[in-house]
Amino acid sequence: MMFRSALLGAVAVSALASAAFAERGADGNVNVLYWQAPSILNPYLSSGTKDVEASSLILEGMAGFNEKGEVIPRLAESIPTVENGGVSADLTQITWKLKPGLLWSDGTPVTSADAKFTYEYCTAPDGGCAQAARYEGIKSIDTPDAQTVVITFEAAKPNPYQAFVGATSPILQAAQFKDCMGAKAPECTKQNFGPIGTGPFMVTDFKVNDVVTLAANPNYRDPAKPAFATMTLKGGGDAQAAARAVMETGEFDYAWNTQINPEMQTQMAAGGKGVFVNGFGTLVERIEMNLTDPDPALPEGERSTTKHPHPFLSDPKVRQALSMAIDRQTLVDVGYGTAGRPTCNLVPAPELYASDNTGCLTQDMEGAKKLLDEAGWKVGADGIREKDGKKLHILYQTSVNPVRQDFQALVKGWWNELGVDVELKQVDASVFFGGDPGSPDTFQKFYADVEMYANNFDGTDPEPYLAQYLCDKIPGPENQWQGENINRFCDPAYDALVKEMAATADLAKRGELAKKMNDMLTKDSFVVVALVDRGRLSAASNTLGGVVLNTWDTELWNASDWYRVK
Amino acid sequence: MLTYTIRRLLLAIPTLLLISLVIFLLVDLAPGSPMSEIPLTVPPEVRLKMIKAMGADQPVFIRYFLWLKQFFIVEPSYIIDSWFGTNLGGDQQRILSWQSRAPVFDVIGQRLPQTLTVVGTAYFIGILIALPIGVYSAYRQYSWFDQMGTLFAMIGYSVPTFFTGVVLIIVFAVNLQWFPSIYDTTLKITDWSSFLKQVHQMVLPVTVLALFNAAEISRYTRSSMLENLGQDYARTARAKGMSERTVVLKHVLRNSMIPVVTVIALGLPTVFGGAIITEQVFKVNGIGAALIGAIHANDLPMVQTLAFIFAVLIVLFNLIADILYGILDPRIRYD
Repeated sequence: MMFRSALLGAVAVSALASAAFAERGADGNVNVLYWQAPSILNPYLSSGTKDVEASSLILEGMAGFNEKGEVIPRLAESIPTVENGGVSADLTQITWKLKPGLLWSDGTPVTSADAKFTYEYCTAPDGGCAQAARYEGIKSIDTPDAQTVVITFEAAKPNPYQAFVGATSPILQAAQFKDCMGAKAPECTKQNFGPIGTGPFMVTDFKVNDVVTLAANPNYRDPAKPAFATMTLKGGGDAQAAARAVMETGEFDYAWNTQINPEMQTQMAAGGKGVFVNGFGTLVERIEMNLTDPDPALPEGERSTTKHPHPFLSDPKVRQALSMAIDRQTLVDVGYGTAGRPTCNLVPAPELYASDNTGCLTQDMEGAKKLLDEAGWKVGADGIREKDGKKLHILYQTSVNPVRQDFQALVKGWWNELGVDVELKQVDASVFFGGDPGSPDTFQKFYADVEMYANNFDGTDPEPYLAQYLCDKIPGPENQWQGENINRFCDPAYDALVKEMAATADLAKRGELAKKMNDMLTKDSFVVVALVDRGRLSAASNTLGGVVLNTWDTELWNASDWYRVK
Repeated sequence: MLTYTIRRLLLAIPTLLLISLVIFLLVDLAPGSPMSEIPLTVPPEVRLKMIKAMGADQPVFIRYFLWLKQFFIVEPSYIIDSWFGTNLGGDQQRILSWQSRAPVFDVIGQRLPQTLTVVGTAYFIGILIALPIGVYSAYRQYSWFDQMGTLFAMIGYSVPTFFTGVVLIIVFAVNLQWFPSIYDTTLKITDWSSFLKQVHQMVLPVTVLALFNAAEISRYTRSSMLENLGQDYARTARAKGMSERTVVLKHVLRNSMIPVVTVIALGLPTVFGGAIITEQVFKVNGIGAALIGAIHANDLPMVQTLAFIFAVLIVLFNLIADILYGILDPRIRYD
């Protein structure tokens, strides 16, 4: 044992030593594969993950998140908090200080005016800024000197780390984008394809939806980084081919989001050229219960609206029984393997906000049957439960996706065992998530009894995510079906908690509130039936060092620390 | 012939306009939205603003006429500007892709070289393989060579390229590691070593496509040859004491090529259209891959423009095939 730890120590020392002697550009080229190819390198014009992550190599904000979800400084000298005076005591103001001597990749200095410009760029009317939510609630941004940015909010902001924090809200160079305001934004192709940034790399060539060629930024703030002189970020193909290129052929050093089935994961890992890295964030695959009646016999405009409560899903006992019949571990084994774990929570992380709700993890078929009996749903002659002449018949919809279809089949089996008749429906993802108010098949319209998809929240603060379940966010014809309260859940006590959280700054208290709200939606009411906490799964070559998978920010968050293992 | 050509060209105008309208309506009426690939974390108000900025909220006919104007007036004037340095385009709005916000024609210009090199080479090699196989198979009908040729054609034609492509990748890229499985579009040919590298990475996709193309053309060549070999003029040529070589390669082959050349001309638009599946399998990222990506992302301007260009090419090559037919076969006169 001693010998082993001594060896480990030696390895660690040599790794440190090689890192210490590292020199910018000493390790040649690194090949990264995104099977969904980046279309644009300006995250303000596209919020697609592929575009945001590719641009995060070039553009940075004041701060970012590390793999634990903690806020870490990037362009800022330090993280402003109430304790160090950076955030005002009444939470209406945050003061960011830029690191001294920062330069853009073109050699000009980074100033507070760039930050102010970025805010104006994203909030300009007709610009269609994809990250406008990051700049919501800001009253003004002042720049008392070239290093200082003071953001004043319209009201107390318990989570002030939104604007300029994370890959979705980087700082643009004012000089480069000054003619691209508002409606002009999409026309600035040259700028959108080759933004000047402060990140470890800069664009040398960009082929739309194909490949980004990057070179080390000569003005990067750490003179020893990045270790790679150039990077090729290639796109195209599918997750399986991407995994193969790292794990089996070794053509690529890193492949993003190689979400493949567990069987294939084992097979690819046997290739021996790389390893799968995974990490868990907040993405939860869930079944949403419709609390309103989707009956097609209802007139158009009244289906799935609060006018008509659901004939049986409005009964909490039925919802609970449906949740109890599901074996979540089997779902994980079939669909995700190491990239998933069973969960009962809507907010599975960060730890501070995650409830210790584990009651659903063991399947309880008998208990579920008993619950339905209690609720008055008796097994009829055809084996299907009924009450007052009404049969338990569920229309279960989701998007077209092989894992989701496996899940549908498994869940249908369990529910049939309960005596529930299940009809399955699959909708193409572009329609299901398209949000077109004219289509009857969007997940917002919810013309089904239950539906399954995955959702998460941006960054580490669940407040806006939990606020989606407010009564006034219920989608309906009056708001073109654009609300986020998919279940049509409405509870004044819940609304009060959301309000309370918006006015609470104390982290421990916020955590408590979030847990309470999570429990109200999950284990107390079973309105949201969480199934699987879905991690990210990417593939890294054995010769690529420094990879730390981060689910709170861009996956390429520490590309400046990557090096070649020799 | 000239009046015929002019008449056909004039007739093509209403045809193409109708095609463009049908494509536009089809793409527009198809379910789906450009917002479907955007994460659910983006709030609905922001989505609405993004759609507005794209112009996707305008009524369908306004968008159609805008597209017509952009396609037939703005884009050609930009092309003229880039050739002669004039400024006809001014700052008129070009056709912008919804995904990348870049002019669609710039993307096509970026993609076309890849497609033309890979798919074009494959088509050319396919023809080079197909013709000798077709000729010899017909000349020695029912011989073992003919049987093998038939088998080869059947396999090439009936096994889909997404299957052959993946099989070749697993055998030659994963197991033997002879060839790359991912095409490098950034490679610039500057010297012999980079040229060899280019050939090296083209081997697998070109093999897959050439096999597919050769299968079809070899069957046409064979049946056309068979038809002509039994003709009176072939017997006469033999009776005159000409060598087998002259009879087959000069007299029969020349006449057999008439339908084959038209088949080859009709197949040419597919070279520009890219081989959608093969491009996807090998990550060639040419026009075909661009089309499939645009369809997935509901990028209407891109899909519409690409589909329309394919329609133009098909109409054009149909005309070329007809004219070629008339030139090759003096018995055919259109006027």
